[in-house]
Amino acid sequence: MSALLVAEGLTKRFGGVAAVADCSFAVDEGSITALVGPNGSGKTTLFNLLTGYLTADRGSVSFAGRRVRRPDPTRLYRAGLTRTFQQARVFPQLTLVENLVVAIQQPWRAIGRRALGRADGERAHRLLEEFGLAALAGDRAGSLSYGQKKLLGFATVLMGEPRLVLLDEPAAGVNPVMIETIERHVRELHARGLTFLIVEHNMNLVMRLCDPVIVLDHGTKLAAGPPSEVQSDPRVLDAYLGS
Amino acid sequence: MSRITPHGLARAAVVFGLLAAYPFVVHADWLVNIGVFTLMYAGLASAWNLFSGYTGYISLGQAAFFGIGAYTLGITFNHVSIGSGYRPFYVLPLIGVAVAIVSVPIAWIALRTRAMTFAIVTLMLLFIVQQLAFNLRSLTHGSQGIAVPQPSFSSNFDRPYYLAMLGVLALAMLACWYVRSSKLGLMLLSVREDEEKARGVGVRVTGAKLIAFALSVALTAMLGGVWGYYLFYIYPESAIDPLVMIGAVLMTFLGGKGTLWGPMIGAFVLVPAQQWTLTTYGATRLYLIAYAAVFVVVLVLLPRGILPSLGELVESRRFRAPARPDVTPRPKRAVS
Repeated sequence: MSALLVAEGLTKRFGGVAAVADCSFAVDEGSITALVGPNGSGKTTLFNLLTGYLTADRGSVSFAGRRVRRPDPTRLYRAGLTRTFQQARVFPQLTLVENLVVAIQQPWRAIGRRALGRADGERAHRLLEEFGLAALAGDRAGSLSYGQKKLLGFATVLMGEPRLVLLDEPAAGVNPVMIETIERHVRELHARGLTFLIVEHNMNLVMRLCDPVIVLDHGTKLAAGPPSEVQSDPRVLDAYLGS
Repeated sequence: MSRITPHGLARAAVVFGLLAAYPFVVHADWLVNIGVFTLMYAGLASAWNLFSGYTGYISLGQAAFFGIGAYTLGITFNHVSIGSGYRPFYVLPLIGVAVAIVSVPIAWIALRTRAMTFAIVTLMLLFIVQQLAFNLRSLTHGSQGIAVPQPSFSSNFDRPYYLAMLGVLALAMLACWYVRSSKLGLMLLSVREDEEKARGVGVRVTGAKLIAFALSVALTAMLGGVWGYYLFYIYPESAIDPLVMIGAVLMTFLGGKGTLWGPMIGAFVLVPAQQWTLTTYGATRLYLIAYAAVFVVVLVLLPRGILPSLGELVESRRFRAPARPDVTPRPKRAVS
């Protein structure tokens, strides 16, 4: 397996606090990699660095074998690296279909075309069907429940035909049935060749779904390996439970 | 999502048909004069809506481009003959395009800020351009102002200006409608809803904002051109007037920002009222108090504007109506 995403020596300081400190790791193509760690260990900051929402003070990121010189969310999305947000973020005044269609990569010359072309609409409807949201296709996204918004956020990033999807706490604040639904979708998409990097606090889900697991503490990599190995690593237990 | 429907087409045809007939039916000069200003504000509000209503970026600087449009026309026709008097109208599109091109680098810098900061930066732009108009004397003649050659339209002097304003308004409405129903419109709305998320799903936010800004500026500058030609004299304080800006913004809020017809409705309510207070209370600027009162009323009673509030009312009526057992009512999208 080759590495799809490589981070080397990533560092980001906020004032005197190093949220991410000299962090290096790789995400193999075709894996479902988990990124875990205690609260405040720098997981979300790391996500923001990888997706271009923040600029690193030091270090580099390579995606699909190419160094990312100017990290920018839009450009990375178009290159196939995309993310969801910890909070379920949707475009509340837009309909579900519009939420999906806006995420299709459009060339500049297409911006004058009709907002919901037939092909776009069909693609969006297929995806909504898949995610069990088809009945709500014409409703405003703001009227969805929290769990449904998370599903919609997940579906939205798939419209860009990504290679790597970063999920930021997909199971947080979501009922158990919805967690199963999200897990099923990750497995299906993984079977179709998508790579995942998942930040998650729900350890049951992580242990079931992910391999390898990367443990972060104080902004740097503490351990990495198969879930069973990481689980029994004394350093990891230490970080979570304190010594 | 808006697209061409027989209903919408009929509505546009009726509204613009009636507006086009107005100066041929009504002959009193002062009434046509009010019509000219009503259409001008309707156009300004619609143009403002095209950028600020769709993106949520409140620009308080569009009046700067209104003034630049007026000055461009004035200065040009101090060097070029106006011919039979209609020539300035024909070059309006050129003025619009030229001013829009000039606005792009300015907008690119201003758009590095967001929300309140953007509003303040654009407001500053307005005052900077006004100061330039005062001080670039070789170009603008400073506070003396620029005289524009007067045409000798045979009868009914106001009518050509009225029709020119109507033409630009129609163009503005067409642009708003087209943008709203296109991919660009969807991009702009996603910026308004959650710009960070839009960036994360591949929306080229800066480009989309710049295009909308330039379109809005082109229309605004064209209206400025007609205005300058209508008044014959262009002064810095009247061509680049914060009150014009506030008027257009207020009308958009009143009618419903982000809607197609809202800004125009707002203008058709406010401008005649403003002109009436102006003639009734003389030039005391008492109408400014009326403006403030309207702002308060809008904020208290119709925080989302006339059209969206009416839409909600209709929706809630529909909701309350007893449903047929085989049909479950579901909220429809508000009118846009």
